[in-house]
Amino acid sequence: MSEMKTGDAVPVLRVTPDKYLPYRYAGASGDFNPIHIDPEFAKAVGLPGNILHGLWMMAQVARGNAAVAEGDPRALKRLSVQFRGMGFPEQELIVTGTVKEVDGDRVVIDTVATQADNQVIRNAEAEVHVP
Amino acid sequence: MPVKTDAIGKQWPAAAYEVGAEKIREFADAVGAANPVHREHEAARAAGFRDLVAPPMFCVVYSARAMGPAILDPDLGINLATMLHGSQEFEWEEPVCDGDVISTTATCKEIYEKDGKGFYVFETISTNQEGERTVKGTWTNIVRGV
Repeated sequence: MSEMKTGDAVPVLRVTPDKYLPYRYAGASGDFNPIHIDPEFAKAVGLPGNILHGLWMMAQVARGNAAVAEGDPRALKRLSVQFRGMGFPEQELIVTGTVKEVDGDRVVIDTVATQADNQVIRNAEAEVHVP
Repeated sequence: MPVKTDAIGKQWPAAAYEVGAEKIREFADAVGAANPVHREHEAARAAGFRDLVAPPMFCVVYSARAMGPAILDPDLGINLATMLHGSQEFEWEEPVCDGDVISTTATCKEIYEKDGKGFYVFETISTNQEGERTVKGTWTNIVRGV
């Protein structure tokens, strides 16, 4: 039975991806789309610069919410996100969440990720099992 | 030009992925997953996993092999230059460990047009070598200016 209750805040996750993070994530994930790793290409297609991989940002939302179960990889049962704004390297990404529903050890969390005032991941919902 | 919807229901051949310890460690480093169960065999076994275990979002690594051919399929006619990743959902079941062989099948679930954009919804189902489901993914890609 979880001790969490509706309205509780999830511990805030703050992470600043360094300039070269998109290269490491490209290698780790296999996603070498040039908009993520080539600033010149990104500018040529109308972006301000190379942008973070959406799925890397989603991984930060996963990590932030799994923290309520001490980062146990079994705990995260479901995560749904909408990608909206663009995320950029060398800017702090902040993941926050609020408990929406608790049913036994199943906790549902409303969660978002922001950079400055830009909500890069919104309408996200995580389901975590907290024994 | 209206979006082509003929491919709704199309399923692509299963793609296999062999999970390795160094790839798990590389991915864990890239996403900042700090739990030692992603790095040390002993720590993972002590925590009750079969072996070194992947972070949940590692599913993108093995699912990508199935999603690639789906997105590139000429039957869909997706213009990659104007494609955005709109939304994503994963539902996890059995954890994925070092040595697992994951098979992923992608299916096109929906294609529709809204506000001048094409929406393409894919589902991936991934199972391990024992036939246990590891993850179900729902991928929504948006193509501008259709």
